[in-house]
Amino acid sequence: MMWQRILAMIFKEIRQMTRDPGTVGMMLAMPLVQLMIFGFAINNDPRRLPMAIEVNDTSVFARSIDAALRNTTYFRVTRIVGAPGEGERLLKRGDVQFVVTIPVDFGRDLVRGERPQLLVTADATDPAATGNALSAIDQAVAGALSHDLIGPLAARAQGPSPVDLVIHRSYNPEGITSHNTVPGLLAVVLSMTMVMLTALSVTREVEQGTMENLLATPLRPFEVMVGKIVPYLFIGVVQMAVILLAAHFVFHVPFAGSIGLTLASTLLFMVTSLALGFTLSTIAGSQLQAMQMSFFYMLPSILLSGFAFPYRGMPRWAQWGAEVLPTTHFIRLVRGIMLKGWTLGDALPHLAVLVLMLVVLGTVAVRRYQDTVA
Amino acid sequence: MSEAPPVDLPVIDVRGLTKRFGGRTVVDNVDLAVMRGRICGFLGPNGSGKTTTLRMICGLLIPDAGEGRVLGCDIRRERAAIKARVGYMTQKFGLFGDLTIAENLEFFARVHGLDRRAERVAEALERLGLATRSDQLAGKLSGGWKQRLALAACVLHEPEILLLDEPTAGVDPQARREFWDHIHDLAAGGMTVLVSTHYMDEAERCHEIAYIAYGRMLARGTIDEVIAASHLHALQGEGAGADRLAAEIEKRPGVAMAAPFGAAIHVCGPDMAALQAAVAPWADRIAWREARPSLEDVFIHLMRGAEDHSVVAA
Repeated sequence: MMWQRILAMIFKEIRQMTRDPGTVGMMLAMPLVQLMIFGFAINNDPRRLPMAIEVNDTSVFARSIDAALRNTTYFRVTRIVGAPGEGERLLKRGDVQFVVTIPVDFGRDLVRGERPQLLVTADATDPAATGNALSAIDQAVAGALSHDLIGPLAARAQGPSPVDLVIHRSYNPEGITSHNTVPGLLAVVLSMTMVMLTALSVTREVEQGTMENLLATPLRPFEVMVGKIVPYLFIGVVQMAVILLAAHFVFHVPFAGSIGLTLASTLLFMVTSLALGFTLSTIAGSQLQAMQMSFFYMLPSILLSGFAFPYRGMPRWAQWGAEVLPTTHFIRLVRGIMLKGWTLGDALPHLAVLVLMLVVLGTVAVRRYQDTVA
Repeated sequence: MSEAPPVDLPVIDVRGLTKRFGGRTVVDNVDLAVMRGRICGFLGPNGSGKTTTLRMICGLLIPDAGEGRVLGCDIRRERAAIKARVGYMTQKFGLFGDLTIAENLEFFARVHGLDRRAERVAEALERLGLATRSDQLAGKLSGGWKQRLALAACVLHEPEILLLDEPTAGVDPQARREFWDHIHDLAAGGMTVLVSTHYMDEAERCHEIAYIAYGRMLARGTIDEVIAASHLHALQGEGAGADRLAAEIEKRPGVAMAAPFGAAIHVCGPDMAALQAAVAPWADRIAWREARPSLEDVFIHLMRGAEDHSVVAA
């Protein structure tokens, strides 16, 4: 008899589960997505990192170093530049992770045994992304030169390294992880609350039947949307203030860029996230589904956006996936402005992406959110 | 915004309203006209399309076919204007349970852009008899009070038309009586009321009724008109065991339906002579007299006569 009662419950639960295919799909998709992300996408020893070589010397040695660095699995020389300062500009914009500067008269000084300087500048905002690569660079350079230092120059290959390798960790010289994590946290915390809160608040109105009453009044969809979004913006502003103050006073994160640009970017990101939450709410049928969707959005936002793991360590497909997440672009923005001192010009491409996302999501949300029921 | 129509034109005037959900025609070619200041009862079995029709009238749904004007505004193109001048009380309590009574009213006053907000809210609270409990959360109210509050919220902006969707479901008789007194007061003040209900006694409190089943309008008019148009005749039988004869009598030719009424039996059919012939076998122990068919007789008769057209191939 007891078994009959338990069976009755089991059948009921299974039936109810099948009535909600979204939840079941989510439960089955979740492990697959996690397997993909953790199994394939995440890599804590990123290789093939983009590098620029600023060549101010045309000797055979410069070309050897170039070739040797290309041959390491850690670096992928994407740009060869000649103009002084050009390498640093690429580094700041985030186009490359490393710049190797071969100084004027590098070849001549090397032959003379004067141990010329070879400057390696790394974008160390994310210490995890650069550590292994930097330890590989020394050997690569020495190996490259030993091929050229033959015959009368063989003596140069003996003893101490023939070049003075100077490594400069830009933007985070001490390699402090929190300098990278805390600004990223701003993005993660904001997207979590903004997306989830709006998605839940709209579906709650539908679930509780208050939406029908709202729609029967002269309130227009756009007005409901703005009215719902503004209070959450205040919450977002408080969260932002807490994180930025903690970043400054507790974690001593450098603040190289303008505060105004940071605030403007954060506001833009908040509104974009709210629009996304609104869009989700027009798709979700219940608060439970809205919650699941928000969670499904948060997973890649934390793992793929560059917050928890280096973006450049991920395979191409994962990088494309990250590009469509607002969080990815906001993380670059806030790290760029705070740590690298981005100006409006540097920030513009990412701001433009966020504006585009806002326009698309806002349009979808308003179009899907009708002033009629059902 | 369109001008209000002259007094002699109906304030609700819709023709051929049709709404389909999936392959199901929920409302099928419904016409309805209600004059200013009238209370129109909207009756029909569960799932007959009453709520959908009300939603099309107040601009919450756009009909798939049909047209009409509410307060002179087109129900397709001028829905915003309609929403501003119509009050709609949903079947399910749709106010904010986590706001207080006063806060709920204040919200609707703001949404409608009313002047003298505090005054109007205070007046409404006074009328409701809730002035002393204005700080109570709306979600904590009992069913009858929730219904009163919902009504107060949807008449706050003094709408010209009030649409009520089964407003008295689950409310005790005392509260129902007060509710209907209130509705009549509002109608006397010029408000037009369209109210859906299942209760026959409530139908009889309306100036006129409209009966819808399977999405189709089956009868319209005053109660006398609807009963007359049904061409039904009824007999009331009293005597020993009269109430137990229903099943047997209903099988006789000429009898549309038979139902026990206390100790008596109520029989009706389309032809009086046939009806009398049908009950003749029991004439010895039961006294039959002619009776007026009830609204319930008419509605059940109409519903049985109507086929379920609502399911069509998609």
